[in-house]
Amino acid sequence: MKTFLRILAGLVVVGVIALLAFVFVPVKRSAPTQNLAADWQPEEGQGQYVMYAGDCVACHTAEGGEPLAGGRPIESPMGTIWSTNITPDPKTGIGGWSLDDFRAAMVDGLMPDGTHLYPAMPYENFRFMSEADIRALYDYLMNGVEPVENRVQATQLAFPFNQRWGLRAWNWMALSHEAGFKPLGASEMQDRGQYLVEGAGHCAACHSPRNELMMQDGVTASQKTFLAGGVIDGWEAPALYGPNSTIAGWSVEETANYLATGRNAHSAANGEMALVVEHSLQHLTDADNLAIAAFLKGKDAETTEVAGVMKAMPQPEADAAGEETAAMLTEASPDMPLGPRLYLDNCSGCHFVTGKGAPEIFPELENNPMVVSAEVGPLISVILNGAEVPSTEKRPMKLVMQGYAERLDDAEVAELVNFLRSSWGNDAAAISAEDVAKVRAAQSTH
Amino acid sequence: MARQEKKKDVVIVGLGWTGAIAGIELAQDGLEIVALERGPDQSTVPNFKYPNQIDELKYGVRLKMMQKLSQQTVTVRRNEDETARPYRKLGSFLPGNGVGGAGTHWNGLNWRPMPEELKLKSYVIENWGEDIIAEDMTIGDYPVSYDELEPYFTQFEKVAGISGYAGNLNGEIREGGNPFEGWRSEDFPMPPLPRTWDSQKFHDACIASGYHPFPAPAGIASTAYVNPYGMQMGPCNFCGFCERYGCYQYSKSSPQTTILDALKRKPNFSYRTHCEVLRVEMAEDGKTATGVTYFDEEAQEEVFQPADLVILSSYQLNNVHLMLVSGIGEPYDPATGKGVTGKNYAYQMNGGISMFFEDDNFNPFVGHGANGTCIDDFAINQIDFGEEGFIGGAYWRSGTFNGQPIRNMPLPKGTPAWGAGWKEGIGRWYGHAMSIGSHGSNLAYANNYLDLDPNYTDRHGRPLMRMTFDWHDNDLRMNQFMKSKMEPLAKSMNPDIMQVGFKGPGAHYDVRPYQTTHNTGGHIMSETPQEGVVNRYCQAWDKHNVFVMGAGNFVQNTQYNPTGLLGGLAYWTVQAIRTQYLPNPRPLV
Repeated sequence: MKTFLRILAGLVVVGVIALLAFVFVPVKRSAPTQNLAADWQPEEGQGQYVMYAGDCVACHTAEGGEPLAGGRPIESPMGTIWSTNITPDPKTGIGGWSLDDFRAAMVDGLMPDGTHLYPAMPYENFRFMSEADIRALYDYLMNGVEPVENRVQATQLAFPFNQRWGLRAWNWMALSHEAGFKPLGASEMQDRGQYLVEGAGHCAACHSPRNELMMQDGVTASQKTFLAGGVIDGWEAPALYGPNSTIAGWSVEETANYLATGRNAHSAANGEMALVVEHSLQHLTDADNLAIAAFLKGKDAETTEVAGVMKAMPQPEADAAGEETAAMLTEASPDMPLGPRLYLDNCSGCHFVTGKGAPEIFPELENNPMVVSAEVGPLISVILNGAEVPSTEKRPMKLVMQGYAERLDDAEVAELVNFLRSSWGNDAAAISAEDVAKVRAAQSTH
Repeated sequence: MARQEKKKDVVIVGLGWTGAIAGIELAQDGLEIVALERGPDQSTVPNFKYPNQIDELKYGVRLKMMQKLSQQTVTVRRNEDETARPYRKLGSFLPGNGVGGAGTHWNGLNWRPMPEELKLKSYVIENWGEDIIAEDMTIGDYPVSYDELEPYFTQFEKVAGISGYAGNLNGEIREGGNPFEGWRSEDFPMPPLPRTWDSQKFHDACIASGYHPFPAPAGIASTAYVNPYGMQMGPCNFCGFCERYGCYQYSKSSPQTTILDALKRKPNFSYRTHCEVLRVEMAEDGKTATGVTYFDEEAQEEVFQPADLVILSSYQLNNVHLMLVSGIGEPYDPATGKGVTGKNYAYQMNGGISMFFEDDNFNPFVGHGANGTCIDDFAINQIDFGEEGFIGGAYWRSGTFNGQPIRNMPLPKGTPAWGAGWKEGIGRWYGHAMSIGSHGSNLAYANNYLDLDPNYTDRHGRPLMRMTFDWHDNDLRMNQFMKSKMEPLAKSMNPDIMQVGFKGPGAHYDVRPYQTTHNTGGHIMSETPQEGVVNRYCQAWDKHNVFVMGAGNFVQNTQYNPTGLLGGLAYWTVQAIRTQYLPNPRPLV
């Protein structure tokens, strides 16, 4: 018995020592993936470009705040995480960080003092970035950005999430992949796209599913679940890669148009994706947006220009899947059900009886991922509150869809939604007026 | 003492079509630009949103998008023997208000002038001699030719997103287009819109009569469209609410759909609304302007905005008024024919025939502002002026364009205007009427002009502008000629009832019923400073840093709606500013 207790005590002591070591012994930082000369300098504009590709502004800028000065709340399942100030202000920003400190944050999720960043910072993905890009970004943040003194609200999650040391264990699993990029080698163009998608673009952060531990399930193209679709804040981030890709029907060029302008012949960017277009993708070169599209589609682009101007684009006719609905709407029988009648009275002017909309301006509703998503909140919200595609360099028009909250009651919106979800070959589950009421109430508390 | 704003390189007065064009083009040169707009800001959403916007009572009848006459108006008289009275109720013409200006509430008819119209005086003299020009007729040549303007018409049409079919493509006459139009270097940016039933019937009747029908050139999108600035339009759904309304559907060509969001991205451009410009301020030497003084509605105070370059791009009437109160150009004096500012005010001479067909249903609620089939067989360059005894011409059009319930219930004459008889008439005739319109020229005359009113002032103490205008025999004869040609065509369509409406001899201008918002002239272009207010680049002859946009530049009105010409002139002017004036500011002529 005594022996047993002694062994137990010994184990406890070892355990406590191990735990203390786990908590207090600093994590080893990843080494640079490439040895660049000490006097290596990025090309003019390279660092800012990496900043755009990484969409740093979207998280690290508060609404109405100075760019990159942090303070934006990011809602996570664990609580609100406040983005940090990454301007070179020595007191409240990253002015005192060395390159090694910066790299550790980018690829290991570590603060200079060794504490763990919450994985709202997508270091799982930035881990794929080249040393050159990381250094260029560091150079830009240190020398190309004005320091802003802005002490942001400290993130204070509830127990146990406030015990950041726990992330060490999480990272053992989440960062099992080595730092550095491994191209599939399909083509130079597609490899470039893969690099942007896996690395700076951190697309997997939303578009890959998450496992039970909230880790990205699929961070590289070699994994089956890579970009197989995820859910973020009640919005479905559609599958972009592989056999079930939602963009299977889009050409490489159309995909690139969407990235650069938030709109194409099929769809328009909403929600989080609208912000990605606004703050990141519109600033990429045509070659890079085409490369991303080429990688996602597994096919090289045949053009070099994205989103050309001076185009007259006739709206498409109904296809086989949509013919029946189109015919019913065209007939406009006075005794048609409420759903299609509401569609005729409110929606058909832009989206047409074909459900095809019109290229680059009115999204198609047939097979539209938002329309048929299991996450019905965004569709209801767009009908109630409208939507806005941001102004971009190549498509400067703010494309605003008006809301219908004042015009349609909950039961009517439900009828309309159910019509949309069951027409032109769409086949998604029905919703109820209560679902609409919830979204309406959520909006009114904002 | 007025508040003073920080100096800008350019101040733009009025943010409608031409102000937006000046803004976006000059912004490319890195100039610091501010635009001042009298009215409110306006965007498709929320201002034009469905269904609020298609409220005929509010916008079609009560004219909520238009200039507030309590804020600004003109006085009107028909001749010098009358005392001009203020235009207190909108009627004959409807100037717009707010960002986008008249470009938000127009019908979308986008015509180019005929080459002959820009050289009208020479054209008449060469063909029939000077004698057929009446003594009081003050027509002239534009100091710029069709060939010179052609690239700028094309540029404007690309920006504005015009649907149509070229009839004269680089000199090649194409079946189905307008064979009498000036040459086009390129076809229309978008194909023509489909025909409604009335338009089809008119088309067929024209073919049977040997005329040459073609689709109206429409600032209405027939397809989805992306313009050279990357701005976008969506295909029109024929809702029929164009004129007097903003388009909720991104289908009508307007500054909102084609320029403004691109312009607002320019960091060197800004604009202020509810800022009514009161006058252009002049340097002591009198040769240049120093900026403008405006009334800031919010602050309720006068503000001086200094600028190196002043662009007057408000509505024609307001541009002329600003020039009169600011001393740009010598005011025109009809007694002596001397002076230039206010000269050659012109309008439009229209007429038409309504037809009722018991057996045809025209679904008049289906349409758009520039709907229809046109013919130019009686256009200015198709008429023997010597033979017919007038100078002028017209285009004809048929196609429902504003089939709204309150104002568009055409009934046969004699139908009671209310009660059971009216109801019965509506029941019988609603949807069974169509019309053909004649849209004709109005020339310039010595006694049609604009000057400052001696009696009335506005709330800022400025004299109101006075309009002296009446119809002249020449144009009324032109109108009667159109009647004589249109009646047989209408009869050939075998209507059950036909009603003819053409002004005839002795008709006088009536400012009450709506006619058209095509007010032109008053700061006309000219070869010499003695004949007009601005030179061929629309630069004020006497103030070289003042450029003036709009239909006020028209030497005399054309037979067409003015937007195509004023849009082309705006691009022509801006090009001259960018390539000639900015490198070396001076009088360009």
